[in-house]
Amino acid sequence: MKVMIMGCGRVGARMAVSLQTAGHEVTVLDVEPRSFRRLPDSFTGRTIVGNGMDQARLEAAGIAQMDAFVAVTQGDNRNYFGSQLAKEVYGIRRVLCRIYDPNREELFRTLGLETFSPTRLGAQIMVDMLLSSEPESPEAV
Amino acid sequence: MYIIVAGGGKVGIRLAEELIHAGNEVLVLEKDPNRAAALGEELGDSAMAGDACEVTTLDAAGVARADLVAAVSGDDEDNLVICEVARCRGVARTIARINNPKNELLFKKRGVETTISATQAVLSQIEQELPTNELIPLLQLHSGLELMEIKLPSTAPVVGRAVRDILLPSESLIALIVDPGGVPRIPGGDTRLNPGDALVVVGRRESEDTLRESLIGSTHGLDT
Repeated sequence: MKVMIMGCGRVGARMAVSLQTAGHEVTVLDVEPRSFRRLPDSFTGRTIVGNGMDQARLEAAGIAQMDAFVAVTQGDNRNYFGSQLAKEVYGIRRVLCRIYDPNREELFRTLGLETFSPTRLGAQIMVDMLLSSEPESPEAV
Repeated sequence: MYIIVAGGGKVGIRLAEELIHAGNEVLVLEKDPNRAAALGEELGDSAMAGDACEVTTLDAAGVARADLVAAVSGDDEDNLVICEVARCRGVARTIARINNPKNELLFKKRGVETTISATQAVLSQIEQELPTNELIPLLQLHSGLELMEIKLPSTAPVVGRAVRDILLPSESLIALIVDPGGVPRIPGGDTRLNPGDALVVVGRRESEDTLRESLIGSTHGLDT
C-alpha cells in the first residue's frame, strides 16, 4: 500500500524503513530537511520537506492517492490536526495518530481516530517489567 | 453568559474586553505563564495561566458551566483541539479563529464554528474589487445557517430573472441585494437581478455548492 508518514523523527524513520522492507510505497514528510538524515541510504521512498498541516503541501505530495497516513510529529495537536485532515478532508481509509498525552489520547480516540500513546503503553510495560522480575514483590508471594 | 476565551494574544484580550464590557463573565486562558501574569494585571481575575488544550485546565476554568468557548490562539491545530476538548466536556457552542483560510473545511467537517480569518477578510476585500464567482462566507449563524455574499457575473443564469422565479436550495433565501453603485435593496418577489449585483444570501452550510450552482451556474461561468 501507499503510506504517508508525517514527521521523520526516530519513530517515523524507523517505520518508513520497516514499511519499505515489507514492500510498501512510503512518502515521508518533515518540516526540517535535516530530519531525513535519520533515513538510511537504502531508503528509496520519497522525502518531502513541508508541513503536514498544509493542504497545498499535502496535495503536492499526493495525499489523495494514499492508502494510509501516520502522524508522528513531536506535537500532539499537530498530529491530531494532520490526522483529521487526512481522514475528513482527503478520505484516507487508514489513519494512525501518535499522542503523547494519555488524557488527550483517550479523548481523541472517542472522536474517532486510531490513536497510540507511547507514554501510556511505555509506562505500563516498564511497570510490568519491574514487578515481574522482582522476586520479593508481594504479587509473587 | 460565561465565556472562556482560549489564547491571550491581541485578539483574545480585545475580545475579552468587549465581552466583559457587554456584561459577560469572561475567563482568558493563556498557556505562556509570563504573558498570563501580564494579562492578570490588565484583566484581574478574568485571566488564568494554563493550556486550554488540557482537559484539566478547562475543568479548573469551570468549563462545565461555560456557555461558550472561543479559541483564538495563533495556531489552528491548537484551536481545533481546544474546541474538540471543550465540546467533550459539554460546552454547547465553540468558536475557533482560523489563521489559514484553507483550514476552514476541516473545522466545518468537525462541526466547529469558525470566524473568518484575518487573511480571509483581506482576501475578500481584495476580491470585492474583482469580478468573482465565489461564495464568500461572512458569518456563521446558529443551527448550521450561514450568511454568504456572492457577486453576480453577467453570465449568471439568474441575471434578468425575478427573485420569485429563482429556484434555491431549501432553507436558503436572498436577504439583501447591493447594486454595483453600492445601493442596498431588500428584494421582493418581483425584484430582478442585474449583472454586478452583490447578493447577501442565507443558506445551510451543506447546500453551499447547490446554492452557488443555482446562482451563478458553472463555477467556470464563462462558458454559458
